[in-house]
Amino acid sequence: MSITRRQLLILLPAAAVAWKSILAGTPEASPNYNMTEHWWGMLVDITKCIGCGSCVRACQMENQVPDGYFRTWVERYHVSDYDIENPKVDSPDGGKNGFLPTSVSDGKNFFVPKMCNHCADSPCTQVCPVGATFVSPDGVVLVDQKYCLGCRYCVQACPYGCRFVDPKKKTAQKCTLCYHRITKGLTTACCENCPTGARQLADLKNPNDPIHEFLKTHSVQVLKPYLATRSKLFYNGLDGSVR
Amino acid sequence: MKAFKDAGHLFRLASVFLVGGVLFLAFRGVLVPRSFGQYGHYRGNAIKETAALPISYAGHQVCESCHADLLEVKSKGVHKRVACEACHGPLATHADDPASVQPAKLDTAVLCVRCHEANLAKPKNFPQVVSAEHSGGAPCETCHQPHSPAIVAVAGGSQ
Repeated sequence: MSITRRQLLILLPAAAVAWKSILAGTPEASPNYNMTEHWWGMLVDITKCIGCGSCVRACQMENQVPDGYFRTWVERYHVSDYDIENPKVDSPDGGKNGFLPTSVSDGKNFFVPKMCNHCADSPCTQVCPVGATFVSPDGVVLVDQKYCLGCRYCVQACPYGCRFVDPKKKTAQKCTLCYHRITKGLTTACCENCPTGARQLADLKNPNDPIHEFLKTHSVQVLKPYLATRSKLFYNGLDGSVR
Repeated sequence: MKAFKDAGHLFRLASVFLVGGVLFLAFRGVLVPRSFGQYGHYRGNAIKETAALPISYAGHQVCESCHADLLEVKSKGVHKRVACEACHGPLATHADDPASVQPAKLDTAVLCVRCHEANLAKPKNFPQVVSAEHSGGAPCETCHQPHSPAIVAVAGGSQ
């Protein structure tokens, strides 16, 4: 059997398409979810946070986060009238069980929920030596649990302190923005359980998402903007003393 | 011709490189997962594996599909935007199998103060009490019903 030049030219693109489909691998876990239609972020309204720790508990339950480690946590800031440069910050057990009454009455006291900023230019993904952490096409910073070596390079690289190495699995762990929930049309566990609506999941690619109206009408800030990480964790009412 | 009299060495060297190259490509083909590089310098299937994890919190929409009576009560009170599982805990297992998995009975003495215990760091407009002084030791649900906590006048006087 011999193939003419004409037949070969027809066969080659067909073979390329077939090979491409083999490379594509397993089908989507959520068939109705299209990654290219979303760009996820979150809005945190500090003026609404009551420091109840519901988000921390919900995150630990939803993601089986080991005790003493946090994918999200709540900090209490005390900014004195006379030393605004050096706020006092506490976060007993990540704020999981709430906070004891604030003893100081001068200055400013407020709560700041923290979590992965899901940076579009994330320092943590850039340092991974094995390609185990990445920004997904829908803007979520994830860790490949099968590829991670547990070298902790990313833990050091994150300027927001949002990563840790799991004491049992010995792999890097972090907020997945409840990727297993948002791809099913649910909101994240922390947003679902926030009683005051201080946390709102935001889809920046969805023109009907209320985030766009909020960003237009409020003074919204991100943490450490000078690092140009293109953080997508937007804070409303963020005090300048917050690090 | 003299310059190439030992050309055989070059061919042997070239064949060593060739075999090495073929072995490299063969090992690489076996060791690198097929979905690596699908979206970038990472394993594309890692996204699907993360998305396939099980959920613990069913979401308030699922609760409301059965407990419409409680939604009716709750939607009239100030707790209308508090999701069910914020107090009742993760209940995806109950939503999957309502008959055999029953949610635990809640203790208002623990739950209410989580949010409503007075703290200077809380927003000033958020309702807060010092629980020790507020009720004189009486449980919260003596006066406030958690699903709609405003105090309503009880017929026949206060008790």
